[in-house]
Formats: sequence, C-alpha cells, structure tokens
Amino acid sequence: MLTTTIVVVASLGYLGLLFAIAYWADRRADQKRSVISNATIYALSLAVYCTAWTFYGSVGRAAATGIGFLPIYIGPTLIAALWGTLLLKIVRVSKSQRITSIADFIASRYGKSHLLGGLVTVIAVLGIVPYIALQLKAISRSFTILLTYPDVTMPNPADSLPLLQDTTLYVALLLAAFTILFGTRHLDASERHEGMVAAIAFESIVKLIAFLSVGIFVTYQLHDGFTDLFDKAETAGILNPLIIDGMNGYENWFALTLLSALAVMMLPRQFQVAVVENSSEQHLRRAVWLFPLYLFLINIFVIPIALAGQLTFTGQNVDADTFVLTLPMAHHQSALTLLVFLGGMSAATGMVIVETIALSTMVCNDLVMPVLLKRWKRIPPDADLSQLLLRIRRGAIILILLLGFLYFRLAGEAYALVSIGLISFSAVAQFAPALIIGLYWRGGTRSGALAGLLSGFVIWMYTLLLPSFAKSGWLPVGLLEHGPFAVELLKPQALFGLSGLNEITHCLFWSMTFNIGAYLLFSLWRTPRVDEATQASLFVDALKNQQFLGIGLWRGTAEVKELLHLAERFLGVERAKHLFQRFARRRKLHDINQLPADAETVHFAETLLAGAIGSASARVMVSSVTTEETLGMDEVLNILDEASQIRSYSKELEQKSHQLEAATRELKEANERLQELDRLKDDFMSSVTHELRTPLASIRAFSEILNDDPDLPLNERQRFLGIIVNETKRLSRLVNQVLDLAKIESGRADWNAEDVDLLEVVEEALAATEQLFADHGTRVDRELPERPCVVTGDRDRLMQVLLNLLSNANKYVPQNTGVVTVNLRSNHENYEVSVADNGPGIAAEELPNIFEKFRQAASTSNKPIGTGLGLPISKKILAHLGGEIWAESGEEKGAIFTFALPKKKESCMTSGGANVKDYSNRG
Amino acid sequence: MSKIILIVDDEPNIVLSVEYLMKREGYEVVTAGDGQEAMERISESPPDLLILDVMMPRKNGFEVCREIRADPALSTMPILILSAKGREAEIKKGISLGADGYITKPFSTHDLVDRVNQLLQPQE
Repeated sequence: MLTTTIVVVASLGYLGLLFAIAYWADRRADQKRSVISNATIYALSLAVYCTAWTFYGSVGRAAATGIGFLPIYIGPTLIAALWGTLLLKIVRVSKSQRITSIADFIASRYGKSHLLGGLVTVIAVLGIVPYIALQLKAISRSFTILLTYPDVTMPNPADSLPLLQDTTLYVALLLAAFTILFGTRHLDASERHEGMVAAIAFESIVKLIAFLSVGIFVTYQLHDGFTDLFDKAETAGILNPLIIDGMNGYENWFALTLLSALAVMMLPRQFQVAVVENSSEQHLRRAVWLFPLYLFLINIFVIPIALAGQLTFTGQNVDADTFVLTLPMAHHQSALTLLVFLGGMSAATGMVIVETIALSTMVCNDLVMPVLLKRWKRIPPDADLSQLLLRIRRGAIILILLLGFLYFRLAGEAYALVSIGLISFSAVAQFAPALIIGLYWRGGTRSGALAGLLSGFVIWMYTLLLPSFAKSGWLPVGLLEHGPFAVELLKPQALFGLSGLNEITHCLFWSMTFNIGAYLLFSLWRTPRVDEATQASLFVDALKNQQFLGIGLWRGTAEVKELLHLAERFLGVERAKHLFQRFARRRKLHDINQLPADAETVHFAETLLAGAIGSASARVMVSSVTTEETLGMDEVLNILDEASQIRSYSKELEQKSHQLEAATRELKEANERLQELDRLKDDFMSSVTHELRTPLASIRAFSEILNDDPDLPLNERQRFLGIIVNETKRLSRLVNQVLDLAKIESGRADWNAEDVDLLEVVEEALAATEQLFADHGTRVDRELPERPCVVTGDRDRLMQVLLNLLSNANKYVPQNTGVVTVNLRSNHENYEVSVADNGPGIAAEELPNIFEKFRQAASTSNKPIGTGLGLPISKKILAHLGGEIWAESGEEKGAIFTFALPKKKESCMTSGGANVKDYSNRG
Repeated sequence: MSKIILIVDDEPNIVLSVEYLMKREGYEVVTAGDGQEAMERISESPPDLLILDVMMPRKNGFEVCREIRADPALSTMPILILSAKGREAEIKKGISLGADGYITKPFSTHDLVDRVNQLLQPQE
C-alpha cells in the first residue's frame, strides 16, 4: 500500500538525498576535487532538458498525435551536431567575459547594455513562467493521483480548490526553499554551482531509469514485447490513427523541430548548465553524442506506453498525460509506482531548480542592479553588498515560483503539458537571432537587437499568450474568433490572414519574421558604435584569437585600492582579497600592493564583478572608480590597426627571412655559375692568347730571318713573305671572329629578320668559293631544288655559316681528289642544307664537342689553318635564327655538316599555285 | 758529325721557321707534327736535342717530356719547350717534367738559337 505518509516521506527523503549529493559535490569542489569535471556528468546535466513534460507529457501527446511528440527531440539531436563550433564559441566567449546568464550574454554582445539585458530578462521570466507552472502542475497532479492508490481517479481542476488547500502552492514553496539552499549559498555566479550540477545529473539518471522501468514493465510484463503490443493496438483500431495523424503537417513538424533546436540552447536553464556550468571545453565533444543518445533512450517507450494506456483504460476518464503513473497503479505495482513518482519529481524539480537559479541571477543582475546603481548614485550604499545581492536572488526565486503557481491557477488547466511547454519554447526562441547572428556578424547593433527582441516578443504575446488567457476565460473568446474590434486580419491565431497552421507554427513564423527583420533592419540603419564594435569582435572572433582584445581597448587611470575596495563590497573582504592575491601571483608579483593600475588589472576587476552583478553593471561600477578616457572610433580603429599591423609585420618578417634564404641560395648558385663562367672565360682567354701567339710566332720568326739574312735567295724570300702575309691574315681573321663571337654572345649583334631564299644564298656562297675549290682541285657536287626555299632570317649571317662550312670542307679534303657535296632539301617543317666532304672525317669522340671554341678536328698531318671559332659562331647564328646545326661522320669517310631552318609559313601557301587566292590584301 | 735536332710542332709554319734557323746553325733537322709522331722518330734514332711544342693533337708536349724522362736511355737528352702557353704555372710544369728550357711564342730567333747552342755546347 502507498499511504500519504509513505509518499510524503519518500518525496522528502528523495529531496534530502539530492541535497546530500549537492552538499558532497560542493565540498569536493572546495577541496579542488571536482566531481562534475567529467564529460558524462556534463552530458547528463544537459538532460535537464527533459522535464515533467517529457516524463508525463510525451505519452499524452503521443496518445493524441502519435509520433507528433518526436520533433521536440529531433531538433536538439540535430543541433547537437553543431555544438562543436556553435556551443564551443558561446562557451569560450562566456568564460573569457565571465558571463552569468543568457541575458548577460546578449547584453554583453551589444556593448554591455542594461536595457537589452533587462529586456531579455523580462522575456525570459514571462516566457518561462508557464513552463514552471507546468512542472508544478505535474508534481501536484501526480501526488494527488497517487493518494488514491490503487484506484485511478483524475483530480479535480485546481481552480476549484481554495488557494490554501492547493497542494501546488506547497510544492512551489518547498521547491523555492530547496532552490535557495541549492543555488544561493554564496555569491559569484560565474563560479559554478557544482553541487547543483551533480544533483541534476543524478536526477537525470533517476528519471531515465524510472521511465525505462515503466516502459519495460508495460511492454514485456503486461504485453509480450513490442510486436505483441502493436498487434493488439492494431486490432483495437488505435494504432493507425496514431501513426498517420502524427505524420500530418510537414510545416508543423519543421516548425517544432526548429523551435526545439533553438530552445535547447536559448532556455535559461540550458544556457546555465551548458555554458555557465561548463568546466571544460573538452566535455562538449562527449555531449554531442551522449545527449542525443539520452533523448533517444527516454523516447523508446513513449509509443508503447501510450498504446498500452489506451488499451488498459478504454472507456475510462483517464488523462493520457498520466499514463506513465496510472499504468503501474492500475496493475498494483506499488514499488514501480513510487519510482515513477520520484522520476517525475526528478524531472520537474531539476527543471525548476536550474531554471529559477538562472532566472534569479538574471533578475538580480539585469533588472534590480541597474535600478540600485541609479539609486546609489544619490545615496551611497552599505559597505558589504554581497548579502544584499543574495537576498535579491532569494527573493527572485520565491517570486518566480509564485508567478508559476499563479499562471497554473489562472491558465494551467486549459492546456495539456506539452502545449504549455511550447509556449515557453516560442518565447525563448526570440533570443536566437540576436544571439546566434550576433556571434557571426559584426554588423549587429544594440538597437537592432532591441528592435528584434521587442517585436518578436510582442508577436509572441499576441499570438500565444493572449489566446492562452482567452481560452482560460480571462479574456473574451470573441477576440480569438473575430479579432480585436472585429478586424479579421488581426485575429491572434490567424495573423494577416495566415491560417491552416497550428498556433505554435503560426507564432514561430510571424515572430521570427518580425524579429529577424527588425534586427537586420535596425542593425543596418547605422554602423556599430565603439563599445558595440569592441564587443562584436570579441564575440565574433572568439574562436580565432585566444588573446584578450578587450584589454587593449581601455585607457584611463585607476587606483588598485579602489578596485579592491569595490570588489570587497560585492564579494566580501576575504574572497576579494584572496582573488586579487591570486591575480597578483599570476602576474608574478608578490602581493596586491605591487599590482599596477593598468588595463589588465581593471579588466580583471571588471570580470570579477561581472560574475557577481553581470557585465553591464560591472562596467558601470568599475567606471565609477576609474576615470576612463572615452575612446573615439578612430582611436579604437588605430589600436586594432596597430595590433593587425604588428601581426602583419611579423608575417612580413617571416616572409622576408624566407625570401632572404631563397636569395642567399640564388646568390650562391649565381656565384657558382659566375665562377664557372669565370673559369670558362679564363679558358677562352688562354685559348685566344694561344691562338694569337701561334701566328705571331711565325710572323716574328720569319721577319727576323728575313731581317738577319739579306742574302736569302729570292724564292725563299718570297715564300717566307707569303707565310707572313697569310699568318697576318689569319691573325686579323681571328681577331674579327673573337669580336664577332663576343658580340653575338653578349646579344649586341644586329640581326635582320627578312625573307631569305636559301637556294639563292647557297648559289652565292658557291660562287664566292669557286676559286678556293678550284685552287685546291676540289670537285663540287650540287644537289639543289628548282623552287625557292624561303626562310626568315639574316641573309649575311646565313652566308657566313655557308662560307664557313664550305671553306672548312675544302680545308679537310685531299688535294686534287677532294669532293664536296652541297645538298638543299625540304624536310617536314624545315629546309636542310648539308655540306659533305670526303676528307678524313671526325672521330666519334670528337663529335660531341666539335662546336666548342678552338676545337679543330685533328688531322694526321698538315693541319689546315683555321681559327677554331667558325663552327661555334655558326652554331650561335643558327640558334639565334631558331634552327640548328649538327655534324656527323659520312657513311664511308668524310664529314657531313647540316643545318636546318624552319620554313616560312606563307611561302608554302603562296607557292601553291594559281588557284590559291591572294590573302595579302586582307590586311 | 753535326748534331741532330728533332722539331715537334703541329704548326707547319713554325716547323718551317725553326728548321731554317737550325739548319743555318749547321744542325741536322728531323720534324714531327705531333707527340705521337715524335715518339716514333725518337725510338727510331734519338736526336741530340728536342724542340717541343705543347699543344698538339694525339699526344701533347708534356706527355712526350714525361715519357722521355721516364726512359733511362733518354734521360740526358736536352729538351727545349717552345710553346704558346706562357703562364707561370705552365712553365713550372714543363721544367718540373724535366725540360731543360722553356721558350714562349712568339719567340726571338736569336734567343732560340743561343739556347740550342748552349744546351749542345758542353757535350762537344
């Protein structure tokens, strides 16, 4: 049997256990042995998302709309995939700015604005109150139902009871007391509530186990597994409507998915556990998969329980929202029933505790503090303010819970659990544009955020809150049916004629449209001010630079003593001294007195205060003891510029050093090349001098002989004089060729680019050397075509090449039996001219360097007089004209020198014949 | 019996002028166009003095010099290098390889004749 006493004792015992866990975790935290610094506990604490709504309401919704309950879990599952960047960014910003709540976050993003923080707080409180009412309703109803165990009877509507007999009131007060014990034992909200988180994680386990136990009991005890249950449901005709109804309205599915995806990040309690209570960024990685897994597990048995409830209570007046509890009751499972009751209480209390702590922080920091700050300007405050702050928070907790109770009394019975929750979801979703867009877009301004939030909130009140009051009978129903003043276009649930959507989708559509529209419009209205721009870059670039930009943007004078004094007032003397001491040590200083009153210290004091009273108020307080010089936009930009300049300088330096290395390498290579060239030049000079000395030696020797022997016979004289003349010619030829080569090599030679008929050049060269060949008794064979062979080149240079080849050939062929063959032919793209002789030929080992300077082919004896520069010059000439020259040994004996030049393109076309049109007129 | 001088040079005009000068002094002259040919002439009948060019095809003067000095039978044969290579290092190389004199082209006919006479004198 479950008596009232047992239920009450079990409930209080359970709350006592939670408190013990919290107390233990807080003690551990004080000893620096944190229990919650664990990724799994972090993920479990996120499951505070699953409230009484999930625990009782999902089954209710499943009974009504089948799988329509699912989007509320699909949304968070989908957005969890983005947590690796999105949530990480929020967490990182919040850590560096000591953000204490979502109101603080948004206010801080837009230049630490009191107005914005206050607005967010108001929206959050008004939006969350129905949600808290939902939890109170769940606890009190489940308690009331339990009292009649094992008979299943639905309790009377709450408003039929006198106020003081309503269990809900006592539940609310009990929870308020419990939350105060949990959350406001000491100040500095940014120093996390470790005990609370530990208790929440424990509650997440309890509610999961309780729900799974009911699921297993229903599916495997009452029925024979999923298949059996589904078969029975189908026979009873309740399965198909469930599945098919649930699939209706894709826009509603989409809207609910989106809504819950936003809510799981924007709900104050989710922000509290996911961001404020986060102890390590590493924990996010496990939460990304563990949290969706938790959602999956807690949803497995929703449909079976809904089906089983409908099968069990056919024809009875049993609310589907209570199936989780009433099913074990109806089957006299007292232990399971108690477990379910505790599970439901876990779900509800967890939500209420975290939510009210989060909201009370917001109310204190963003609503009450600004008012107090204004008053303190006239009347100086007491020395120790920390007690006052705690009192404000405690008062806020009681107030919020009583508001929840009030809403429950006024409107609670008109809606199912899930619908109440969705009203709250829609309210907090209004934070999403200002928060998420503000994280990625620098252009968002305070007025944009204000306008967006305000318009979204007004639409929410008009399309969701108003109808919820109207349905409860507090406002005329005609307002819903005909619109205010009978203007159909303004009907709250079909605004501007938009109908066919459910009320949540309808509200989400219009509120988001106005919210985002106003946000963008007002943000684009003007460029962000200095404080907005500073904060924007801190938020937008949070993942980029770890370094704290905010420090560089403060300039003014401050007294460390004053800052410490300020902190002491809000945090208490001991704590403030301790924290300042720690800060000093971190800066490698011995004690507080050595702290310089610089931007870093001021910033430290400000973030310290931000933890206690919110960033906007902290800014006001700190600036009251410091004389801050206002920075103009130009100056801020200068500071930012300097930072980026330093960055780019160091980047440039790095680049420069790379360039230097490369340059050094190039220089080294160039030096090696130069040395090589120098060596080549030396070799060349030594070769040239050698080649000059040799004819000079002959000339001097014969001159001296002629000079010494005047009686020399006439024929001898003539012979010697002939040698002198020839050697002189050789000498001047050599000088000319050296100069010519130098000119070509240095690129100073003048080149003509004209149409040259190779045939004509060959004929001319042969005519010029006719006498030479005749003197040597050499026969010249001509293998020449009849048509002109036109190339583009320098006529004189080509002549020089040909003359060189012909005279070379003549030198090497034997006297009187020499044969030189000149051949001109077309070969594909080229014309080729070759000069073959029947001389001694070229040794195979000589062939590769025959075109090098001063490399004359050896002959057995009687070496012909040459300069050794003819072939190198020819090679240079052909290279310049885009052709090439090569040598090969003849088939039997002798050498063949061939050069090739590309044909001139047009010549091939015009020489084609009469039927070829004249293209030259085409210009 | 007049002394025999072997003139080795690949420049016909040099050979011609030196041959004239030596004959005018009363020496007998044998010629060769490169180092290889010179070695053949020497092995046929060693001359009393060698006038040797350096830059020649097939076998250069330095190699000829080294081969001659490596042969004990020829170790005392005077060698006079007559080369267009006039750098200090090359002169040193020639002397260290065993040449008795080094004259650079273009040369003074008188100097050449004097050096030849000088080298052949003591043995008379």
